Amino acid sequence: MDQSKIRNFCIIAHIDHGKSTLADRIIEKTGLLTSREMQAQILDNMDLERERGITIKAQSVRTVYKAKNGEEYIFNLIDTPGHVDFNYEVSRSLAACDGAILVVDAAQGIEAQTLANVYLALDHDLDVFPVINKIDLPSAEPQRVIDEIEDIIGIEAQDAPLISAKNGIGIEEVLEAIVEKIPAPKGDAKKPLQALIFDSLYDSYKGVIVFCRIMEGSVKKGTPIKMMATGATADVVEVGYFGAGQFIPCDELSAGMVGYITASIKNVKDTAVGDTVTNAQNPCDKPLPGYKKVQSMVYCGMYPADGAKYPDLRDALEKLQLNDASLHYEPETSIALGFGFRCGFLGLLHLEIIQERLEREYNLDLVTTAPGVIYKVHKTDGEVIDLTNPSNLPDPTEIDYMEEPIVSAEIMVTKEFVGSIMELCQERRGRYIDMEYMEETRALLKYELPLNEIIYDFFDALKSRSKGYASFDYEMKGYEESQLVKLDILINKEEVDALSFIVHKDSAYERGRKMCEKLKDEIPRHLFEIPIQAAVGGKVIARETVKAMRKDVLAKCYGGDITRKKKLLEKQKEGKKRMRQIGNVEIPQKAFMSVLKLDEK
Amino acid sequence: MTEKKPLSLYVHIPFCIKKCLYCDFLSFPLKSQTQNIENYVNQLCREIEYKNSQYSGEEYRVISVFFGGGTPSSIDARYIEKILCKLRGVFSFDKDAEITIEVNPGTVDEDKLTTYYKAGINRLSFGLQSACDEELKTLGRIHNYDTFEKNFALARRVGFTNINVDLMSAIPNQTVASWEWNLNQIIRLNPEHISAYSLIVEEGTPFYDMELKLPSEEDERAMYAMTGDKLLTAGYEQYEISNYGKPGFECKHNIVYWKRGDYLGFGISAASLVGNLRISNVTSMEDYLLGQYEDTETKELLSLQEEMGEAMFLGLRMTEGVSEEAFVKRYGITITDQYPGVIEKYVRQGLLERRKGHIFLTKEGMNLANAVMCEFV
Repeated sequence: MDQSKIRNFCIIAHIDHGKSTLADRIIEKTGLLTSREMQAQILDNMDLERERGITIKAQSVRTVYKAKNGEEYIFNLIDTPGHVDFNYEVSRSLAACDGAILVVDAAQGIEAQTLANVYLALDHDLDVFPVINKIDLPSAEPQRVIDEIEDIIGIEAQDAPLISAKNGIGIEEVLEAIVEKIPAPKGDAKKPLQALIFDSLYDSYKGVIVFCRIMEGSVKKGTPIKMMATGATADVVEVGYFGAGQFIPCDELSAGMVGYITASIKNVKDTAVGDTVTNAQNPCDKPLPGYKKVQSMVYCGMYPADGAKYPDLRDALEKLQLNDASLHYEPETSIALGFGFRCGFLGLLHLEIIQERLEREYNLDLVTTAPGVIYKVHKTDGEVIDLTNPSNLPDPTEIDYMEEPIVSAEIMVTKEFVGSIMELCQERRGRYIDMEYMEETRALLKYELPLNEIIYDFFDALKSRSKGYASFDYEMKGYEESQLVKLDILINKEEVDALSFIVHKDSAYERGRKMCEKLKDEIPRHLFEIPIQAAVGGKVIARETVKAMRKDVLAKCYGGDITRKKKLLEKQKEGKKRMRQIGNVEIPQKAFMSVLKLDEK
Repeated sequence: MTEKKPLSLYVHIPFCIKKCLYCDFLSFPLKSQTQNIENYVNQLCREIEYKNSQYSGEEYRVISVFFGGGTPSSIDARYIEKILCKLRGVFSFDKDAEITIEVNPGTVDEDKLTTYYKAGINRLSFGLQSACDEELKTLGRIHNYDTFEKNFALARRVGFTNINVDLMSAIPNQTVASWEWNLNQIIRLNPEHISAYSLIVEEGTPFYDMELKLPSEEDERAMYAMTGDKLLTAGYEQYEISNYGKPGFECKHNIVYWKRGDYLGFGISAASLVGNLRISNVTSMEDYLLGQYEDTETKELLSLQEEMGEAMFLGLRMTEGVSEEAFVKRYGITITDQYPGVIEKYVRQGLLERRKGHIFLTKEGMNLANAVMCEFV
């Protein structure tokens, strides 16, 4: 394969700016696939992704483009996840490319996430060229957006194609630009194999399918390979490239190419994203840079609503993990919720996605506890514990001090909302770092925020306080000492472990009060009065009461009523079934979740 | 010849002069339906024949008939006479069968009542609801208390010796004191039976969308407790959650529902239970007039489990509760075996009592009946 005829690139964009639609058009225009074969969006092949309009797992596709100069080019389009939770995956996908198309919405202009992704791409030395999308919108201001790109990002944008991916306008221009502006790959097919894993997928027939970009050397059936970071070895069974929606085997993948390898590998853990594949008998000198072991940032407990479904939940998590190495879980037991798992996620979106997949694809009813971050507990005896479950917090007398993770956040917001967003950051214990005006109407706010303040509902709050105009991006900064306490909830005088969480001591009262109020609404009345209390270190700081039930009776029931009344009783019984018994109080499952959304009015 | 089995009959007359604001029964305004009434009665007669042959009417003897609605007294008494005549012609009746008609104050006169009486109707049920005109207005009723009192006296004169009065508590703006006054008024009249319902604001009724000042839960329960106490003193025994009667005057017909006896219902929306087959009639007047009686979609053969669930939740509505012996005899398993631990749990909580072979709700249990009943469905 002539390297000069290969273009490896990705598309970067803010959510909803039209990345996937453009990808579809590129695939359509480059043939290999008729319009009839096109699904609405080819790259996002998980239902959930299509519904949420975001890409969760990086996908990739190879197409053939006949350019105006008469030559045929191979386009390897590597799709990148579009959310801050998946930053590492994004960075590895970028590393597999030689250039990037930056899609900017002609009406919305640059957003915080656009910037973050562009900088990430520039960090990887990618050649980035902009495309202005949605020019058919009445509110489109392409020239303003072009100026903005030049001013803020500092890349040439005057000749950016003006397109509408949705309506197929300007796609040819984009294809030509790919040929002209994205450099051909380099690399020597004679050198020892050096390939970057940017994703992997578990297939029940083929085992793990490794998605990789060959940097140096070549690989084919029978090549003994080794993953340099995980140390896993295997013999290659098949290599090939990505047709749209299918795997097409080929004889060999060589330097500059993008494709897949299968080697009867049983677990995606062995093929970590960012790892380097080399020839086990003729290894390269050193692995490609940038490999990181993926760290979970957010933890929560996941329990089956029906205790008997515990094995089902375990099986489902096992299956999901085959495809998602960033999902961590280990069994745990809660007094309130029984047997379940403490699960680790890249972020809250990742958590929500896993939760939804468990519920939809595996038909499980889940109870999720409040998500928390990893706290570092420094004990007086010098031991340091990574605390992921508030219930495991040692006795206060054994604690010297605690630390919590801090992130550097960038928030882009239009001028009129700067005040309210700063207020929000202040409320969330943010530390103001800097503010710069990107242009007259827009500012970039920089804050350092404790991660535990943003995992709950920060994103929602941000959107609602800016009428949707703020965008947000963050990265881990490190740990800082902090005055943290464990807030316990007592229902009818019994501590409910699943409702405990770690909170800054200044927020404890407020949070405790809100928790009690929320729980009061969620817990149905019983035959007796139920006190709900929030306590810190055994001291009650807030209290609400669920009054006793006085009346629960159907005044009449005659011949014509019986079926309907029976249904009412059945419904009541169903409701009871979904309750958790704590002492002699029945707590509905959703009470455990409702406390995640304390700011909802 | 084998002995005939007891059967009850229900006839639905879905016409009203005006629909009340809280009512969720199926009825149509009389004025718009004058054409249909005759057709409807003719269909009723046909349905009576149909159900008789369909469900082996010859194996039964009728122990009770109930004309409900709607307002059965709003249509010409001839129709009632005709229907009853039809029923008697088709089924065999017990000599002392209880035959009830619901009447609304203001819709009857001496002729009407006399026609009923002569036709063999031996029980009247007055839909009074309140003795207070202000409250009647709130409910959207068309009568006043004075009319009722006159109708009541008239009924006595005509010869009715078994009369029920329907009352409603927890009416918007009602106080405990006004409820007490209501009870006193009716006790003074000395009917044989009183049904006292606590208002349920049902979805789909005008009340549901109105802003109502309903009595607090405490007041509502105080009214309920007072009802039992006052009526007991006056000689009425509570035998069901909302029903009170002088000894021997409990409503036979309704008890059949709660004991899951066999019954056939005629007319739109009427329900039937024959063995373990539950049938509901269609709710569309058009369909009914075209001769489609049963709603085939909701017709269901109850499983033994469902039958037992019904037996429990319906039986517990009565103060005598469920007879353990009758239960095992009918369903082939004891209550304890079928619902292990449940009875004990609620006995412990003071909501159920188990005495002399019966399981029944305590006074407190009556207030919280659903919590107990839902364990059995």
